[in-house]
Amino acid sequence: MELLVATAIGALTAGGVYLILRLRAFPVIIGLALLSYAVNVFIFSSGRLAINLPPILAKYGDASYTDPLPQALVLTAIVISFGMTAVLVMVALGSYLETGTDEVDIHPAGHDASNEDAAQ
Amino acid sequence: MNHWIIAPVILPALLAPLIGYVMRHDMPLSRVFSMAGTVALVAIALGLFGIAADGTTHVYRLGDWPAPFGIVLVLDRLSALMVLLTSVLALIVLMHAIATGWDARGRHFHALFQFQLMGICGAFLTGDIFNLFVFFEVLLIASYGLMIHAGGRARMRAGLQYVVINLAGSTLFLFALGTLYAGTGTLNIADLAVRLAEIPESESAIVRVAAMLLMIVFAVKAALFPVQFWLPGTYANAPAPVAALFAIMTKVGAYAIIRVHTIVFGPDIAATEGMSGLWLFPAAIVTIAVGAFGVLGARRLMPLIAFSVLGSMGTLMIAVSAFTPEATTAALYYLVHSTFAAAALFLMADLVITRREDDVLSGMPPTVQNGLFAALFFAAAIGMAGMPPLSGFLGKLLVLDALRAPGEIGWAWTAVLAGSLLTIVGFARAGSTLFWKSTAVAIPEPGPEEVPAPEEGPHEKTPSIAHHAPVTAMEAAPSMAALAALAALAALAGPAASYFEATSAQLFDRSSYVDSVLTEDPAALLEAVKADDGHGSEEGGSDGDGEPTGDGEYGVDDHGEPVGDAATEEGH
Repeated sequence: MELLVATAIGALTAGGVYLILRLRAFPVIIGLALLSYAVNVFIFSSGRLAINLPPILAKYGDASYTDPLPQALVLTAIVISFGMTAVLVMVALGSYLETGTDEVDIHPAGHDASNEDAAQ
Repeated sequence: MNHWIIAPVILPALLAPLIGYVMRHDMPLSRVFSMAGTVALVAIALGLFGIAADGTTHVYRLGDWPAPFGIVLVLDRLSALMVLLTSVLALIVLMHAIATGWDARGRHFHALFQFQLMGICGAFLTGDIFNLFVFFEVLLIASYGLMIHAGGRARMRAGLQYVVINLAGSTLFLFALGTLYAGTGTLNIADLAVRLAEIPESESAIVRVAAMLLMIVFAVKAALFPVQFWLPGTYANAPAPVAALFAIMTKVGAYAIIRVHTIVFGPDIAATEGMSGLWLFPAAIVTIAVGAFGVLGARRLMPLIAFSVLGSMGTLMIAVSAFTPEATTAALYYLVHSTFAAAALFLMADLVITRREDDVLSGMPPTVQNGLFAALFFAAAIGMAGMPPLSGFLGKLLVLDALRAPGEIGWAWTAVLAGSLLTIVGFARAGSTLFWKSTAVAIPEPGPEEVPAPEEGPHEKTPSIAHHAPVTAMEAAPSMAALAALAALAALAGPAASYFEATSAQLFDRSSYVDSVLTEDPAALLEAVKADDGHGSEEGGSDGDGEPTGDGEYGVDDHGEPVGDAATEEGH
């Protein structure tokens, strides 16, 4: 299972980094979402991977349990990344509508947008 | 527990939604509330500063949970200083934003401003590293809104880039926290310090990875090379008052490095011995170089100031990278200085730019009150470049004085001194182009007629007149206040330096921090909880409800007795 989870985190991270490097608004948003999935699984596994164990201290006997804290952290991280993705979508949309280009990188003034306009 | 410790977080947190929802259509009312809240924040920060000045570390337990299990806010000299710095800067920036009407050019300025203050104050006060992440997100999400305040092509594009970089940085922060938790099993800063001291060097790989990941995250915030590239574009395109407020945002990154890499990954800890300074030092030197050459090469005023901020962050971090009490004293002095210097420059630049066509550094007809702007720019520039008599000179002197170790003296002194020289040249060129060359350029047609006109009716705020209107006292006061802070820091350098000395002494006294936060032994606490738990479940069992969960126990306590009382009363 360690191999499976590690592969999943690695694949998500690689995909996320690749998409962010495309430097276009939509791939960047998807890339950041993939990265946040990767980090959520990563935090979840930081409390050690365990199967069929409750995330609470056993009250009776010495039954084993899994660490509840990473699960709480993941919950916080999910909520924050959800909100941040929404903000990012709105800023990207505003930027696209204002400037007419979805490039994330800033070029020297008059380089990119004017060229595209000229091409059209 | 002193409940005032949480006030700098609670006050803006309550005020922001109130302004955002209730007063969003009433600009005068939201201005009044925002200003009142910021003044109250300054008062609270002064009070906390007084409380922390006695040298003890005050701990505020949220929900009264003991330290390793619950989240704590920690007030010591350093966090009190940073909260006070934030609130004073916020007051200056808010005065400028209201006087120049920046807050009315877009929506929700005051609500976002208060949320930003909540995030910054929280980040300075928290004693839990995951909570630090949460406050980072609060201040970032507010800064996204402030960054694109008033809109515009260049600003929206720079804003999108800023958001993307910081979201990537936040993800990296989470990776770092996951690694740290996997390696130590705790996220409380004091508890981390204890655990890290126990980790032998042979098993330190995962902790070292976490330390470096965290350093990269904080370096993104503090705009250190190689992750400094977002700063010039962001600061140059942000609304000027927002850029002035962002002067504290880079300091949040610097504060986080000072706090975490001193107390948790300190220089005397076997697991991460000296690693932080080893990487921070060259990064800071390259940052100074990037900032200095940027100042020299900038063709517009706002990027020029942004690059000078970058250079000042390099100078600050070079002092931090030594991780000695003396160097940290110098770093704190320079931190306070560079915050006000950057704010003064941005606010002053805003007054000039709104009276010119744009901020391109070229000869143009002189603005009204050319002499006043030239004097303000001159004062702010010598503050930022580090010339006497303002505090930049003393700050750099302290930094140089603290960096005398054989390996670092050559690089550090060369970088700081050469960087200062290039910055002076860059500012001198910009100032003479903007203010002196302009008088030499032949004044085109509208100049002489239009200049005296606004003096008759400066209160008419039609755009064409406002463009050439002389600056009012209210508009000039905030940038002058920032300059006055620099002058005061220079004049009161002795008391200030001794306070910073006490601050860094407290910072490097790791055991007193740990003892204050972890008042009880975690193992004993855990035993107590277990014993308490066992006792409770026995009671629950003896009641004979047959419910094995804790809920049954609470049910008996909460509902059983009142029902019984009611029954007896009815019986009587």
